[in-house]
This record gives sequence, structure tokens and C-alpha cells, in this order.
Amino acid sequence: MSCDRWQEKMDAYLDAELPEAETRELEAHLQGCRLCSSEALTRSELKRSIHLAGKAYTPDAEFRRRVLGSIVPRQTRRGWLWVWAASFVAIAVLLIILGPLLLRQQLQEQHRLVSELTDLHVITLASANRVDVVSSDRHTVKPWFQGKLPFTFNLPELEGSPFELLGGKLTYLDGAPGAELLFTVRKHVLSVFIFKDTPELDRAIVSDRPIRRLSFNIQSWTAGGLRYFVITDASRADADDLRARFASAAQ
Amino acid sequence: MVNISLTGVPLRGNKIAHFRFTLVGVGGHPDKAHEFEQLAMPLFAPLYNLAHWLTQDRSEAEDLVQETYAKALKGFDSFRPGTNFRAWIYRILRNTFLTSRTGLKTVVSLDDEDDSQTVAPATEETPESLLLARADHDVIQRALRELPVAYREVILLCDVEEMSYREIAEALAVPIGTVMSRLARARRAMRHLLQQRATGAHP
Repeated sequence: MSCDRWQEKMDAYLDAELPEAETRELEAHLQGCRLCSSEALTRSELKRSIHLAGKAYTPDAEFRRRVLGSIVPRQTRRGWLWVWAASFVAIAVLLIILGPLLLRQQLQEQHRLVSELTDLHVITLASANRVDVVSSDRHTVKPWFQGKLPFTFNLPELEGSPFELLGGKLTYLDGAPGAELLFTVRKHVLSVFIFKDTPELDRAIVSDRPIRRLSFNIQSWTAGGLRYFVITDASRADADDLRARFASAAQ
Repeated sequence: MVNISLTGVPLRGNKIAHFRFTLVGVGGHPDKAHEFEQLAMPLFAPLYNLAHWLTQDRSEAEDLVQETYAKALKGFDSFRPGTNFRAWIYRILRNTFLTSRTGLKTVVSLDDEDDSQTVAPATEETPESLLLARADHDVIQRALRELPVAYREVILLCDVEEMSYREIAEALAVPIGTVMSRLARARRAMRHLLQQRATGAHP
């Protein structure tokens, strides 16, 4: 092949566009041909010089910012608007659908809890042995629970009050041990349940407001990490009174 | 769908401030714009460099680049993902330039398949390795500026942008064979200019 033919392929060779087989042939030729190797050197130097000199102009940072700004901002804002709208809708849907569901679930849980406690109270009333420790002396009743419960509590002083302590016994609510204390006021019986307070109980009791169920007056409150319930067929005023006495005894 | 309304004047070296485009798309695709940004912004400096080489003027180059981006964003839906974005946007830049006033004025003949711009074949010249070694940036840049636009751009795409022949063919919308022949002519013309300059400087 003449040198002219080789030099026709030289540009493709230097631009890395020559097929591998031809590249090998051309390189072999360059080894032995001074004219062609000199020409190849010249062309590759020109290519390199142009590569360096060709990067002559750089855009202003300000211009770049402007072009970028013209592509992005409206879009981005639109994008954010969309995100906001979607979030709003999602939250609204959550509130509308899940809110009542959650509230209903909580009310159901409270209902279940109150039913269970009412049952415990009724069972106690119906039992031949209402209490396991029979004593009107709070200093007898409280020590009896020692070692039986993972917590301790204070009983109110009832001297001079219409309430009388009958005694107490162990009880269980959802598998957790607690104390059931029996009081009377004007022939009405009151049960006071004491359990360790748990997040589950907290969630189940919607509020500390008095609850009425099957004509029983029920009250619940927390103090010192314990959850108290009073259940009685006595008046709400009596339930309030006993609650107040427990509250001051707990302090 | 992104709609862009172009308000402005054709490329005439007007200040870019007069050339604004606004996006009036409804329910725009932020993802699409983001994708466009990801693809197009890394090419900003090279596109500007090429625009400046074509127009030989900073403010015209800015107009050209801005219009290119506006057109590219508007037509981004017609860009097929997976194909060569660089060649696609260079093609837009080039077409925009060719239809601009400066472009129309500059490009006397793009038909490089005629041999009107004949340059003495390289073999008639002495090897000019030494001469090229002396040629500094200024000399090369001056020679590039003197080249016809069609030659200048093909050399820049190949040697500065380091595009493959296939990419160049896509960007210029010509067959690969045309790219190769145009490149050969352009390089010969370049060497001719450099040699003239050298012999002119050292008679």
C-alpha cells in the first residue's frame, strides 16, 4: 500500500476510530516509514494543540445561574406545590378515615376494660368470701399485700369518715396483678382497684371523667405510677369523696 | 407537559436581559425538568465554548446558549432516553445558530463536498512538526477563527469535545462518511493556515 493510502487512514487512527486490525497494520507501517511516522506526529501534535487551545471560552457564573434559573425555579415551585397539595390531601384523608377509627378503637378498649372491672366488682360482691384479708385496719391490710404485688400503695385514714374498710384481695386485669380493696359507705359497697399504670391502660382510659356503666359509678385516675379505679353502686359524690381520700393518702 | 413561550429577539448581539423565556406549563413534570437539568447542565460550559466559537461574540454566544436550552427543554419530550443527549443538544445549538442572523451571514457554504475551498495537499508541504511545536494557543486560536464555520465546528467537536464520528454525524445530521471527509478537509485547511502564518512571520 502506498503512503498516500496509509495517510488517508491516519486521521481515523489518531481519532481512535480505526478498526483494530487496520490499526495494527498502520502501526506496523509507521515503524518502518519515516515519512508516515513524521506525518502522524505532526497530525497528533496539531490535534493536541487544538484540544488545548479550543477550550478558549468559559461562561460567566452569573449567566449559568440565569439559565439554570430559567429551567428550574417555576418547575420546582410547581413540584413543591404538588407535594404540599398531596400531603394536605393525605393528612385530611388520614384524619377523616383514621381519626374516628382510632377514637372508636379507644372507646371500645375503654368499654372492655370497664366491663372487666365491673365484672370483677360484681364477682366480689357475689362471693361468699369477698376478701382474703378481712380487716378494717389499714395497717393490717396494706402489709398483707407485701410480696404479693410488684408495687405498694397507701390507704387513706378513714377515722371519722362515712367509709369503712372491709378488707382486700389479689386480683388480675389482663394478666397483671393488682389489689382490690373493699369499702362500704351507708351499706353500699365500693371496690377500689389498684394496678401498675401502663401505656396500654393510659390509652384505654379516654379521660379521667366519671363513667357510668350498668348504673355503677366508675372513676379512674393515676397517681405515683399507679392506676386507680373506683367502682360502686353508691352515689357519684361518694365515689368522688373516696377518690379524694386516696389522692391525699398517695401524697 | 411543559410549555415554553419564547419572547425575545433573534440573535443579534442584544443583551441577554432582553431575552427571557417563561415557563407557562400546566401540571409540569418536575421529574422531567430535573432529568433535563441533570443531562443538560454538565454540558453548559462545552456548549457555551462552542457557541462562542461559532458566534465569535460573548453576548451572542449567551443568547445562543439560552435559546438552545429553552428549545431543548421545550422539545425534551422528543428526546428518546438512552440515545445520545450530547449529540441531540449540540444539534439544537447548531440549528439555532444556523438560523440566527449571524449564522446565516457566516455560513457562506456548508456544502463542503464541493472542492472550492481547496487546500494544497499535505504531501506538498514540508512536515511542520517544528512549526506546530512553536505554534502557541494564540496562533492556533487565530487559525481556528479564520476557518470556515463548517470546518471550525467539525474540528472542535472532534478534537475539543472528543466526540466520536458517530456522535458528530448525529450532531451535524450528516453521514459518518461526510464527517470523515469534512474533517480531513478541515484539518488540511488548518495546517495550510498555520503554515501561511509561519512562512509569513519568517519569510
